[in-house]
Amino acid sequence: MTRLAHADIQAGRLSSEQLAQNFADIAPPLDRQQALLAAQRCFYCYEAPCTVACPTGIDIPSFIKRISSDNLKGAATDILSANILGGACARVCPTEILCEGSCVRNKDDDKPVQIGALQRYATDWVYASGTQLFERAAATGRRVAVVGAGPAGLACAHALARHGHEIVIFEALERSGGLNEYGIAAYKVPGFVQAEIDWLLGIGGIRIEHGRELGRNLALVELQRDFDAVFLGLGLGAVNALGLPGEHLEGVRNAVDFIAELRQCADLSRMPVGRRVVVIGGGNTAIDAAIQSRRLGAEEVTMVYRRGPETMGATVVEQAFARDEGVRIVHWARPLAINGENGVVEEVQFAYTKPGPDGRPLDTREVFTLAADSVLKAIGQVLDPVEGPALKGGRIAVDAEFRTSLPKVWAGGDCVGGKVDLTVQSVEDGKRAAASIHSSLNVSAG
Amino acid sequence: MADISSNFIGVRSPNPFWLASAPPTDKAYNVIRAFEAGWGGVVWKTLGLDPPVVNVSSRYGAVRLGERRIAGLNNIELISDRPLQVNLDEIRRVKRDWPDRAMVVSLMVPCDELSWKTILPMVEDTGADAVELNFGCPHGMSERGMGSAVGQVPEYVGMVAAWVKQHSKLPCIVKLTPNITDIRHPARAAFKGGADAVSLINTINSITTVDLDLMAPTPTVDGKGTHGGYCGPAVRPIALNMVAEIARDAGMRGKPISGIGGIGNWRDAAEFMALGCGTVQVCTAAMHYGFRIVDDMIDGLKNWMDSKGYRRLDDFVGKAVPNVTDWQFLNMAYDIKARIDQDKCVQCGLCHIACEDTSHQAITKQKDGVRHFEVIDEECVGCNLCMHVCPVDGCITMERVDAGGYRNWTTHPNNPMRKAEA
Repeated sequence: MTRLAHADIQAGRLSSEQLAQNFADIAPPLDRQQALLAAQRCFYCYEAPCTVACPTGIDIPSFIKRISSDNLKGAATDILSANILGGACARVCPTEILCEGSCVRNKDDDKPVQIGALQRYATDWVYASGTQLFERAAATGRRVAVVGAGPAGLACAHALARHGHEIVIFEALERSGGLNEYGIAAYKVPGFVQAEIDWLLGIGGIRIEHGRELGRNLALVELQRDFDAVFLGLGLGAVNALGLPGEHLEGVRNAVDFIAELRQCADLSRMPVGRRVVVIGGGNTAIDAAIQSRRLGAEEVTMVYRRGPETMGATVVEQAFARDEGVRIVHWARPLAINGENGVVEEVQFAYTKPGPDGRPLDTREVFTLAADSVLKAIGQVLDPVEGPALKGGRIAVDAEFRTSLPKVWAGGDCVGGKVDLTVQSVEDGKRAAASIHSSLNVSAG
Repeated sequence: MADISSNFIGVRSPNPFWLASAPPTDKAYNVIRAFEAGWGGVVWKTLGLDPPVVNVSSRYGAVRLGERRIAGLNNIELISDRPLQVNLDEIRRVKRDWPDRAMVVSLMVPCDELSWKTILPMVEDTGADAVELNFGCPHGMSERGMGSAVGQVPEYVGMVAAWVKQHSKLPCIVKLTPNITDIRHPARAAFKGGADAVSLINTINSITTVDLDLMAPTPTVDGKGTHGGYCGPAVRPIALNMVAEIARDAGMRGKPISGIGGIGNWRDAAEFMALGCGTVQVCTAAMHYGFRIVDDMIDGLKNWMDSKGYRRLDDFVGKAVPNVTDWQFLNMAYDIKARIDQDKCVQCGLCHIACEDTSHQAITKQKDGVRHFEVIDEECVGCNLCMHVCPVDGCITMERVDAGGYRNWTTHPNNPMRKAEA
């Protein structure tokens, strides 16, 4: 067999029809009858565990009850007043570890209520019809700068705009949405992210300036000077490096960059993917990169994670999904080196690991290699250096109200970390920070 | 295996399951299909005098309950809209071909002796086994002085029953309307007039739903609606009570009753029969699922009877009647408390909130700061509400906690009209 002189990374491994099918809506919407049947399974629990499990505290039994009586406006209002990105969360939330995971129907091997699908059913019509459920209060004349148009920034901006404040969002990238736009598997949110944002901005009073990046063409001190308050929803802009020889080889890249490129690729038949792909890491990014590689036509995709399945960031459901998609998952192995020739990756060498006394993985003597045309690194993202606010554990330090160490500056979302790095948590952070900002602006009610 | 053959006022059928007078028994085609499916008998859809009535388009309205598409059904269809002779010819033919099945003919003619005197011989001539007098339909015909308009006046009920007995040798069943304050009055009148049996209930006055766009009741006929007759599973409890009221009445105890009202399976049928019904009549369930449902009714009833050691229907018909009593005789010394099986509990909290908001504040929602549902015995009055709202079978049960004994309201100190204790 003749070897290619370069790593075998090519576009067009599958037909356009196959690609369209592979990247279509992974969980198509429920129709009315399906939704009514699903809604009927809800017990309408009192002080429901699902609501407790939702980081944004959506009153789930309440919205499901409203679905049952065809009160979709009430259902959508229930959802979106707790979580302004309720449409995205209905699609991307790992419901199996949140609301659906805590559904009382899980007991005795029953299936949980399809809360995510019902949430989508209750909200889809809002974006499709452009119905505004919330009214903006009279203008207060107060101005708030929001840095980052991801879930945290958008949630914060919307809540503040509702109060009548004027918001300017500064976004480094070309499009709004943050991870929803750049970092989530395409088949989870086809054609949805921008529609949701357009609807969200319909409240009025929010302006977005794209291409504005903190430290490059935007200065925090100026924002502090020019605005009554500043919210930082920066996300995690940098990626952990493996720190291994060969990391610079052609064919080795960050999984987040691969996913972002895929998400921004208008024609997937032009999106290159390796023939043999090795993904290093065990989180949602790793899973999304692995599955999407398969769906682009990669022949072999192997995910390698240094610990066992129970500590993987990707949920059990995601892991099972990956396996169904033909992704091989290797647990308890750590990369030692990436080898190549002529500057092009050829293989990755791994050591098998085992749990040490403190649970951390220790190398064993056994090693193995995986041939690779493409290596996608997904071992976690970190905060881009940011000047000004105090940090804690590598992220921006905030108090219970999301105030940073700087006056007039709040922060939330992945850049502050805390509980879980999920869209839904970022929305909650943004919402809470907005409440704190609003009360600090000291505007009399009315 | 149990023998479920039935002899009801001299009308024999291989099983006690009859199709009620309604659309399923409108013509030979349907009735033959029903007999092929195994039904023990039919009450042919109500005949009237010619010219036949005319029915409207849009006839049924349904009440949905969750996944159940028809929890209750309402209809505004009138009696048979086919010429009398066509029906009579078909009845004769079907009875000839199916001699072992009960063929009862429902009748509704104006409330005058001549009308009854005219139609009865025609029916008798077909070889039918009995007649059922339709004094029940609450819609349409009642506006013309028939159906429930007769059934609501006990004197008329007795008068017509007497005419029928006078002008025909056929056994006579009087079908009662539930649209009345006390079902015992027309029932007594029917028996007094000479009726051999009563059947009940006919349908209940109802508006199924209101179409909020049309601002009109359903079923809607070109923008307007009228009250219809309600039937199906939703009416069963009402029917059971009316049957029991007649069955336990001192003057009517043991009188033949054919039970009707939301019967859909053998268990429903057995309940009616335990309250004194010799046969049962079915309509809505057949209209929902087809005639094949009788399979399980036959088989299920036999299996249940075998499991209880009942060899024939008479072994259990009426067996629950003595246990239907007045409230005043209920035992006030009886005391039960709810018990929550913590292993089965799914922690939904429905028992707590039902008790907390609407009953006796007798179920905790926390224990040591953790979600936990437990009964506070001192507050629990044994009302069963928590057991009914609990979504898990067998999770909440009621445990008897009293020390025995019997006392009732008639001698209770709080009863101003108490009788002196013996």
